[in-house]
Amino acid sequence: MTAQERLDSHLREIIQWHFSPETGCPFWLEWASKNFDPRQEIQTIGDMKKFPHFQDEWLRDLQPEVWVPAAYKGRPFNIFETGGTTGMPKQRIGWEDFRTDYSEFSEKISDEHFPRGGAWLMMGPTGPRRLRLAIEHLANVRGSSCYFIDLDPRFVKKLISNKQFDVARQYMDHVVDQAATILKHRKVSGLFTTPKLLEALAEKVDIFAAGIRGVFCGGTTMLPQYVRFIVEEVLENRVGFYPTYGNTLMGLAASVPLLPEDKFSITYYAPQPRAVLRVVNSTNTDETVDYDTWGRVELTTLTKEFFMPRFLERDEALRRKPRAPYEWDGVAEVRPFGAMENKIVEGVY
Amino acid sequence: MSIPHLPALRKGAPYESLEKVEVKDHRTGEVLATVSQVNAGILRRDLNRIGEARESLRKFTVDELIAICAKAADYFLNGELPLGDQGHTQTPQQYMETLSRTSGLPHVMVKRNMAKVADSLTNMRTVLNGLTRGLDTKVIDVGYGEQAGCPVSYYPTTNALGLVMPSNSPAVNSLWLPAIALKTPVIIKPGREEPWTPYRLIQSFIAAGAPALAFGFYPTDHEGSGEVMKLCGRALIFGDANTVAQYKDNPKFECHGPGFSKILIGEDEIERWPEFLDVIAGSISENGGRSCINASAVVVPKYAAEIADALAQKLGPLAPLASDDPNARLSGFANPKMAEFIDGAIEQGLKEPGAEDVTAKYRNGPRKAELNGGVYMRPTIVHCNSFQHPLSNREYMCPFASVVQVPQADMLAQIGPSLVVTAITKDPQFKEQLLDSPLIERLNIGPISTMRISWNQPHEGNMFEFLYKRRSIEVA
Repeated sequence: MTAQERLDSHLREIIQWHFSPETGCPFWLEWASKNFDPRQEIQTIGDMKKFPHFQDEWLRDLQPEVWVPAAYKGRPFNIFETGGTTGMPKQRIGWEDFRTDYSEFSEKISDEHFPRGGAWLMMGPTGPRRLRLAIEHLANVRGSSCYFIDLDPRFVKKLISNKQFDVARQYMDHVVDQAATILKHRKVSGLFTTPKLLEALAEKVDIFAAGIRGVFCGGTTMLPQYVRFIVEEVLENRVGFYPTYGNTLMGLAASVPLLPEDKFSITYYAPQPRAVLRVVNSTNTDETVDYDTWGRVELTTLTKEFFMPRFLERDEALRRKPRAPYEWDGVAEVRPFGAMENKIVEGVY
Repeated sequence: MSIPHLPALRKGAPYESLEKVEVKDHRTGEVLATVSQVNAGILRRDLNRIGEARESLRKFTVDELIAICAKAADYFLNGELPLGDQGHTQTPQQYMETLSRTSGLPHVMVKRNMAKVADSLTNMRTVLNGLTRGLDTKVIDVGYGEQAGCPVSYYPTTNALGLVMPSNSPAVNSLWLPAIALKTPVIIKPGREEPWTPYRLIQSFIAAGAPALAFGFYPTDHEGSGEVMKLCGRALIFGDANTVAQYKDNPKFECHGPGFSKILIGEDEIERWPEFLDVIAGSISENGGRSCINASAVVVPKYAAEIADALAQKLGPLAPLASDDPNARLSGFANPKMAEFIDGAIEQGLKEPGAEDVTAKYRNGPRKAELNGGVYMRPTIVHCNSFQHPLSNREYMCPFASVVQVPQADMLAQIGPSLVVTAITKDPQFKEQLLDSPLIERLNIGPISTMRISWNQPHEGNMFEFLYKRRSIEVA
């Protein structure tokens, strides 16, 4: 079976699940009653264009219970919130998805860089985010434990928007100092953090000498020159670097190892079939852009816990061809949508 | 022939970034070079280890560095020097033509700027003598000594001088040149459209025997510029009023913003005003009116309307000419939107009652003009009825000046901070008031162009006092 056939088969199963009264959730059952029955209409991923774009307000305005599939009724759920926005955040509920995603991701990182049993440190957004539990699960799957240093990205965004750069810097120092203290007193070999925090940590601590052998990174734009800087200068070509693209709504898209011809341009591949990424023409989102062309990122999440068709991310990326071991399209050089036209507050997250 | 690529120079070592910007001909858009852009993190890392750059200069005596400056002047003016990392070289003629094509400055002005820069290198001993008020250069080498029979000791305030450079006037590079003779490495963030002059100066210094380690050339973004300012112990910044405002009143920074330079005529000399027209017109329009030392206001006790009209007759007809025309007096805009903004701002100001664009009737055309694809701003003389008018004390990157009638007794209370003031007067009392004024950085008494600068008298900050601090000393 090809990847495409596996995806279509998975899609039919998920559609059947979410739109059947015995298993589906109140939101999608009601939606189907007002629109169409996807169990009839959606057979392949190409048919997904019949769905409108998923509205992020639905995840803000509606109570989480509307997303509980009938099959999960009565089981307490985790409530996860999205990253660095202010105001009412988007919320996604879940049970096991994050474990599935990160158990799979564990197979993509090497024992050399993340020795089994060696402790991890997470320095980044914890709080109500999926990432907090996901990273701990990832460490646990590898027989490890994890230390945590929290960073509140909403506070950082507020500081930057208010031009309180000094306070933002103080807060970043506060976060990094705590990580430096842990590294000084505890044996840690794996690190999860954001690129900016990694850079700041490396200004205080020799990452390799501190015992770190692998860095799993995500959170903000990583353009090729910046990736090169991290690999060559921050990690001095001695520490494994694993950039990822992900969020609460998708899970995480791993990157393929960099080759010299990539010139430090990172391509990420969605955890298909559980999530599908498309790079679309922003003015006609039915249209996928050509390879190596910029477009807006569209995410479709397809798990039994959560169905989210055609959500337009606030990111743009280059569409890339499939590359082993992935048989589907990748997204590269992800940056905030409209980054070339507008100034986007990304902060340290 | 391939397009030259200017790498960043990380303590002298070329670094080709994966991010590059193009520097283009302001008229045709032709790409004349690509320039590597570095991220702020690179600056932070390099500046953390800047000590070795300073050590490389400490090996020389100040006298040796002065000799290197003189040799560098010759290379800068006459040498064929490396241009980037692709094997290109650049003759003085090519430098002049390329800079003209990207900055919009006509050849004649680039040549004048080149001469100014080279002069400051050639005259480095005179420059240092002025900055240090005659200090024996050995005091800087040894760290202590005597001056006028008094023990003195100076220590460096920084390991590097940061420079966030503008794109509009190559001669401003002469401001940082004394730093090399004073054993201080430079970390230069070049202006986006003007990488040429700092790069050529660095190559001139290296060819003359200066250590490459002492030179940082870091084209970078806004965040990188911020790091240059923050992490260099001392830094110079050039920019508009908003840019420099955040760095003002901090001894770590020397700010070069708008100059609001002015010409004042005293009551005793006003009847002779026609004799001063050439000096006034030159002060307004030389160097394309782009310098902070260009006069942007003429303040007179009477005849304001007549003086404005006479200046307008002189300057109003000036129109853009080909860049290689020796009579070219106007500069093109590398960024045409800037011309549009200035034109709009002047028009907006004119809507406020109390001001007249006197040049309009002598211009025979719009203020914003085009020639061969280039965008230019033709001179504007505005007669304002008082210093309350929004156009009375404005500075734009083109020949622009207001003429304002103010009684002599009120002038100093109204002019505000002024980088250069040329006061045409012989009145001892007025001269005394001018000499006492804290608002004036450089004072010319008599009909002297505001554009005249002296190598032995800094008109804006003192680089020696900026880079060195005096301590008391006793040696047993």
